Amino acid sequence: MSTKPPQTWAEISEAAKRAVPDGTWIHCPACNASLFHRALEANLWVCPECGHHFRLDAVRRIETLVDPDSFEPMDEDLQAVDPLSFVDLKAYPDRIKQARAKTGQRDAVRTGHAYIHGRRVVLAAMDFSFLGGSMGSVVGEKIARACEAAEAGDLPFIIVSASGGARMMESGFSLMQMAKTSAVLSRFHEMGGLYISLLADPTTGGVTASFAMLGDVILAEPGALIGFAGPRVIEQTIRQKLPEGFQRAEFLQDCGFVDRVVARGDLRAEISAIIDYTGK
Amino acid sequence: MTTAAGYRFSLPFDEPVEQLEDQIAALRALPDADRMGEELTQLETGRDAMLRKIYSSLSAWDTVRVSRHPSRPQTRDYIKMICRDFRELHGDRQFGDDPAIVCGFGRIGQRKVMIVGHQKGSTTQEKIRCHFGCAHPEGYRKALHKMQLAEKFRLPIVCLVDTPGAYPGMKAEERGQAEAIAFNLREMSRLETPIVSCVIGEGGSGGALGIAVADRVAMLEYSWYSVISPEGCAAILWKVANDETNRSAADALHLTAAQNLKNGLIDDVVPEPLGGAHRAPDRAGEALAAWIDRSLGELEDVPPVTLRRHRYDKFRAMGRVGTVQDDPESA
Ligand SMILES: [Zn+2]
Repeated sequence: MSTKPPQTWAEISEAAKRAVPDGTWIHCPACNASLFHRALEANLWVCPECGHHFRLDAVRRIETLVDPDSFEPMDEDLQAVDPLSFVDLKAYPDRIKQARAKTGQRDAVRTGHAYIHGRRVVLAAMDFSFLGGSMGSVVGEKIARACEAAEAGDLPFIIVSASGGARMMESGFSLMQMAKTSAVLSRFHEMGGLYISLLADPTTGGVTASFAMLGDVILAEPGALIGFAGPRVIEQTIRQKLPEGFQRAEFLQDCGFVDRVVARGDLRAEISAIIDYTGK
Repeated sequence: MTTAAGYRFSLPFDEPVEQLEDQIAALRALPDADRMGEELTQLETGRDAMLRKIYSSLSAWDTVRVSRHPSRPQTRDYIKMICRDFRELHGDRQFGDDPAIVCGFGRIGQRKVMIVGHQKGSTTQEKIRCHFGCAHPEGYRKALHKMQLAEKFRLPIVCLVDTPGAYPGMKAEERGQAEAIAFNLREMSRLETPIVSCVIGEGGSGGALGIAVADRVAMLEYSWYSVISPEGCAAILWKVANDETNRSAADALHLTAAQNLKNGLIDDVVPEPLGGAHRAPDRAGEALAAWIDRSLGELEDVPPVTLRRHRYDKFRAMGRVGTVQDDPESA
């Protein structure tokens, strides 16, 4: 029996870069501009024409947020089991396998230590491309362990959320991850820990209704969809179209639930400033 | 069966039973009913046998249907049945008073408690006012406000869960539905007073969990508790919600009381009277009161700090994860 050793972070990040071949053109879904892949990457995946923030997978998120080569992953070996033998049109283990093959991620969050402008932090970055960033037991457990690591090291804890909500295929187990992550954050809060929650597009459902909304400071990327219920569910309930901009980051800031909407290029400076203000 | 709203409602699998019940009622109504003793006993025995057979092998989807029976007792019914001197407490002190969550002081047995429960509504008017048990953020904030009041004066908290889910509407979003639930989850995990929570009907997702982070969690025998309703799950994963896919989703979600107990997500199942709580609400109330009494009895002498540590440890341990080492193929 041979197990492949877990990849190093350098290999993981290199593989992610190779996944898009050189010379690829990418279409901006907001303004229709055709953008050269390299230029988009250099601009942190923000459309230089209209400012649209492309969704980032966990690897790109980490690469764009932390100091180069500073990320030290933790709990990379954790992976989903199928506690309910869940089968819908597909079996859950097959969905997991496909998501792994498609994304190169083991589950919908990566966690680890890193530096941001020289400040040591614990970071959790969710990955919407992995089963819609859904929170099952692995996501809940990794968030909980990352929070405990932040507590143990008296480090700032940062979660970048991007999720459609709880993972249905783990039913009650995934529901309880909401209680679990909130409880762990409760303890971190009591210990005086700094938790910065960064909401990326999209953040909805059980993730919003647990750790995403519990930040000491809550930041959001421009235009990010943030809500409890998804827009389609609300439209079905009220039987009308939602107004433009409803549930977007700027709207949540107006409603009082987001501290600051921050453009991707400013996030490192923003986060390090907050860390400095709190003395963490 | 005739509901509080005055219409007749029958679950399809209940129909043969109700035919027998109609016959029993007709016999009883006869002027010489007392001479029909033997026939009555026979009919009643037949009915009970039929009920036992049907209700011991309900499918998950049929359990969901029982949990939504319009005559099933709701939070206000249980308060009337099991609680003396109820003093309702309104409002979240911030925005308003959500009728979808009922709170108040009450006495259950020998104990003074704080009661917090979802209310779906019995009459059409009440249902509309309560949004069919779907609370708004002010409902969750009211619940937490009253729970913190209970903590201050060392009253144990009794939560009754009965919601298809938190309300998915524009106003709810604008007022921070997600924040309200998240904040309850965080704060309930550290309240220094005993909390017991029982799902009495529907336990839909975060809207249910928002008052269910408790030292003891139970479900009535024919209630359901899950991350999403079977219809919601069917619509997403099966692409369409119909009778067939709802049944499949209900099975897949493992949402029954027995399944949640087996998975370690709840602590107890509270048995319902034969044929479900809607057939004998008073006996459902007795069973619920007995569970509350027993659970609070187990918790009342635990020091508050220990209590919250145990509660923390219980939820911290929830979830099932594997490792690459368990499954080398996946590396
Ligand atoms: Zn653009």
